[in-house]
Amino acid sequence: MGGLQKKKYESGSATNYVSRNKARKKLSLSLADFRRLCILKGIYPHEPKHKKKVNKGSTAPRTFYLLKDIRFLLHEPVVGKFREYKIFVRKLRKAYGKAEWSGVKRMKENKPVYKLDHIIKERYPTFIDALRDVDDALSMCFLFSTFARTGKCHVQTIQLCRRLGVEWMNYIIDLRSLRKVFLSIKGIYYQAEVLGQTITWIVPYQFAHDHPTDVDYRVMATFTELYTTLLGFVNFRLYQTLNLVYPPKLDGQGEFNLKSTCEEDYALESESYSEKLSALSASLARTVPLVEDEEAEPDHFPAEGEDLETMEAREKIELEQNKQKKLFEGLKFFLNREVPRESLAFLIRCFGGQVSWDKSLCIGSTYDETDEMITHHIVDRPTINKQYINRYYIQPQWVYDCVNAKILLPVEEYFLGVTLPPHLSPFVEESEGDYVPPEKLKLLALQRGEKPREETEEEEEEDEDDEEEDDQSEEEDESEDEANLAEMEEKRAQGKRLSVKVTPGKVKQENRMRTEQEEKAEEKRLAIMMMKKKEKYLYDKIMFGKKRNVREVKKRKRNRGARKNLFIYES
Amino acid sequence: VSDSNFSLLVFITFSVRSQDIRNTVGNIPMEWYKDYPHIGYDLEGKKIFKPIRNKDELDEFLDKMENPDYWRTVQDKMTGADIRLSDEQVDLVHRLQQGKFGDVNFNEYEPAIDFFSNEVMIHPVTNRPQDKRSFIPSLIEKEKVGKLVHAIKMGWIKPRRPKETTPQYYDLWAKEDPNSILGRHKMHVPAPKMKLPGHEESYNPPPEYLLSEEERLAWEQQDPEYRKLSFLPQKFACLRAVPAYSRFIHERFERCLDLYLCPRQRKMRVNVNPEDLIPKLPKPKDLQPFPTTQSLVYRGHSSLVRSISVSPSGQWLVSGSDDCTVRFWEVSTARCLKTVEVGGAVKGVAWNPNPSICLVAVSYDDTVVLLNPGLGDRLVCTATDQLISSYEEPEEVMDQSVQWAVAEGEGHEQGHRLILKHPKTVRQVTWHGKGDYLACVMPDNGSSLQVVIHQVSKRRTQNPFRKNKGLVQCVSFHPIRPYFFVATQRYVRVYNLIKQELTKKLMANCKWISSMAIHPGGDNVICGSYDCRLAWFDLDLSTKPYKVLRHHKKALRSVAYHRHYPLFASGSDDGSVIVCHGMVYNDLLQNPLIVPVKVLKGHTITHDLGVLDVTFHPTQPWVFSSGADGTVRLFT
Repeated sequence: MGGLQKKKYESGSATNYVSRNKARKKLSLSLADFRRLCILKGIYPHEPKHKKKVNKGSTAPRTFYLLKDIRFLLHEPVVGKFREYKIFVRKLRKAYGKAEWSGVKRMKENKPVYKLDHIIKERYPTFIDALRDVDDALSMCFLFSTFARTGKCHVQTIQLCRRLGVEWMNYIIDLRSLRKVFLSIKGIYYQAEVLGQTITWIVPYQFAHDHPTDVDYRVMATFTELYTTLLGFVNFRLYQTLNLVYPPKLDGQGEFNLKSTCEEDYALESESYSEKLSALSASLARTVPLVEDEEAEPDHFPAEGEDLETMEAREKIELEQNKQKKLFEGLKFFLNREVPRESLAFLIRCFGGQVSWDKSLCIGSTYDETDEMITHHIVDRPTINKQYINRYYIQPQWVYDCVNAKILLPVEEYFLGVTLPPHLSPFVEESEGDYVPPEKLKLLALQRGEKPREETEEEEEEDEDDEEEDDQSEEEDESEDEANLAEMEEKRAQGKRLSVKVTPGKVKQENRMRTEQEEKAEEKRLAIMMMKKKEKYLYDKIMFGKKRNVREVKKRKRNRGARKNLFIYES
Repeated sequence: VSDSNFSLLVFITFSVRSQDIRNTVGNIPMEWYKDYPHIGYDLEGKKIFKPIRNKDELDEFLDKMENPDYWRTVQDKMTGADIRLSDEQVDLVHRLQQGKFGDVNFNEYEPAIDFFSNEVMIHPVTNRPQDKRSFIPSLIEKEKVGKLVHAIKMGWIKPRRPKETTPQYYDLWAKEDPNSILGRHKMHVPAPKMKLPGHEESYNPPPEYLLSEEERLAWEQQDPEYRKLSFLPQKFACLRAVPAYSRFIHERFERCLDLYLCPRQRKMRVNVNPEDLIPKLPKPKDLQPFPTTQSLVYRGHSSLVRSISVSPSGQWLVSGSDDCTVRFWEVSTARCLKTVEVGGAVKGVAWNPNPSICLVAVSYDDTVVLLNPGLGDRLVCTATDQLISSYEEPEEVMDQSVQWAVAEGEGHEQGHRLILKHPKTVRQVTWHGKGDYLACVMPDNGSSLQVVIHQVSKRRTQNPFRKNKGLVQCVSFHPIRPYFFVATQRYVRVYNLIKQELTKKLMANCKWISSMAIHPGGDNVICGSYDCRLAWFDLDLSTKPYKVLRHHKKALRSVAYHRHYPLFASGSDDGSVIVCHGMVYNDLLQNPLIVPVKVLKGHTITHDLGVLDVTFHPTQPWVFSSGADGTVRLFT
């Protein structure tokens, strides 16, 4: 029984974690540098399992990093660059102070720069890992590319972000891998499937930003630095897989078209080229020319551990996807000037449609408004003066809804000046018991190929439901009445207890189903009494959540009904 | 000074000299002489007086109208005299105003002659000999170069970096090794993706997703942290009308903060079917018989019925109420056979369990009365009376804390047989199984006299405890063995009456025990408590409860075991009686099986009190309950 007594907090989880300040001291970095390093290297705090143990008995709120993570940071070459940069800034300031302009110039030429390639490689050892994390990068890049070129960050960053975003969109167009799109009040959500990964990003609407004062742009800039690097490498790799030239170039035809049309409008050659790319109207140049007639179906082999059924299901899904990819093929769109051009052009091109716009709106329009082959003219105003006969004039929501529905929806509901049907989120997947808006049911019916039912029928059905409910309530009322009667009788009997009277007995009608149900319910109630405290707690929590869901669904249904009635009254 | 100005100066001095008045004050502000009659001094030192001026506005105007030279008349500030400018002077002023040179003859565009031209001259411009420093190497420069060289040597100055040749982006994953997973990746917790938007975020959501007016107000008043939705759902008629989202940058920034600042932890999501959590118990149907319906109501009491008791034959029921009466009922017909009035609110009644004795102990205030109701077999009744009257006074009278008295007169007619006066209020009475001993509880914190045991046949009273710990709530005799259970607020103490020692102390894990019942087998005890719990103790297992049930919503008032059937019941302030199946096995290895089988409701809640006492029928699976509404109910 010998041995030294173990001291507290000298082994175990207390030694596996370090607080942020300690970590900073260990790395001898300023808070800003530490933050930057954490962002770049993807180091985040961990929540220890036993906080009190780790915190050496104290319960003060503290963030903890894994000691291993911090040790891992010790050998990071970027840390050295941070220090170099700090020295550089100090020297530069001194040179400015002494007005040594040649020195300043020389120093500026020798400004220390660091590259994040190795960090990217280290954080994402495989390409799929990188793709998995590209969501945030895309959202950030699209946000930064909409910033004004003043103030908040370097112009180069904005330009780079714009370039990368355009590259990404061009890639998605070429691969035709966009799956879902959603017009929200925050911006436009896109979801694409790239190499089996679903990638979602959000693009803000094209407005000037009202820059908030309580946002630390340095943090955002550091993230953007990382994200642009990541996205650049990802784009390069993706372009390579499709045999596209990187940095992207327009293919011969498109280039010629553009050159012939509007060369004189743009002064700078370099700028006009990137503008042309961002117009999204022409396809890209390939390193290996595409052979058009190569349509050989690849043979399908069931993967390991996959039976025939799942394979068939997979094939079906693939078929559906192929169909979706060609959704707008053969359609010719024309965008009026008030619709979001970039978003719609991106969407239409992603699904094989042709798109153009007014020449004065943006570079890269391919045909005129007067073109007779135009099938759909997208307009976002109540009326339009000059209308051509052989085309549909529709509102932009049609395009988005078609993409989500994976079929061409009937255009009648989207004509000019018509009140639009609600735009539903394609990301919601209702499980059983959730509320499904009636529009979604209609859409599902359409997808199954059923004809849309008349609305009156639906209403009738609902009415029937209501009636049924009424019936039920009536039944309840009846039963209540009976009970009341019995009570009254009892009272009366008590009142004149002496005058005993024999009344003909009533056959007690028992609803067997009901009694059975009641019995079961009681059994359950009794069993719940016997639950252990812990389990009861959990059970109560689950049931609370379920009840809340049910309540919410009911509320939605009620709201829907109420508003519908309201609309009817209004009309 | 250019030539023209010079000539002007000359000209003006000349004109002034012609009048020979010259002011010698120099170039000073003339308003210094504003208040004096003179304006300065001439060359001889005499004052120059201001010309007498009495021109008013009118004179000025007339002058302006009549004098053709008015426009060329100026006042000399130095002398105060009016001067008429000559033609030359006017011409000069015009020229100056136009920005021309004053001299008419000056040609400003004369061809320039370069001093230093491209024509190389054979002679130097100056004849100055060259400095020595122009052909000696400069020391300063040498010093400067030396410094630079030194700096280069020391690595302070770096040569210009060659331009980067590698492209910005290349195939980073060209040689990717899927197995190159870093050690720290074992602990890596990938950040969860952003939540995908629902229907309510749409620019044109279905109408049921929009908030109503009240909901909107509630949303606005809520703290942003606690809002369920971070935005207000809105509906726009067309896409063109959708404005910029003002919190877009905020949300991105918050995401950034989450990514690098938020502590991460792996959490196991509980994915249980709630039905699986419910314990699988035998069906109540299979555990019959047990009382299921209310069949009789015994009405008659006008106040709370505190206590009830059933005769050992199961034919009679006695109930004691706050209206100072004890009523005897026939169980099968609910008829009140007898009403005995006593001198106070009845706290407890107990029927003697011995079938050959017909006695009922009734406690009110500080008195315990033994009643002979005279019901049932007359033989038994008379035998009981004889038993009481056959008592002989012992020779030596013991000094007892309780006074025994024989009831006489009216009391005797009503059935009173023995009257025991206690020093304190008696709360509970209970009989020993043989029917000779009677235990009374007089709760009084800290007192040594809280429990007394009477022997009826010898009319003797004992105080079994020298000292009582805590407030005694209730006591009970062991049905078989000579044990005595005393329940205080939090513990149940089990005493061996023969050995006169404490055998066990049961910890009830509750705040305040209200009632206690002993299983007829004697190895199990249930305790009801005011904090809604019912604790089942298995005396063979442990001193802690084998099971704690929290099936009542309010305080438990009473618990009871059935004598034959494996049933126990509990009555509570929530007005319900819960009957449970409590099977005790003979096999020591098998734990008791406890299954709630029925919730019986019938009593109305008055003054926040529901059921006050429950008791089982001695032979049938029936349960009686008495309530605060003044009724006793029978459930069969």
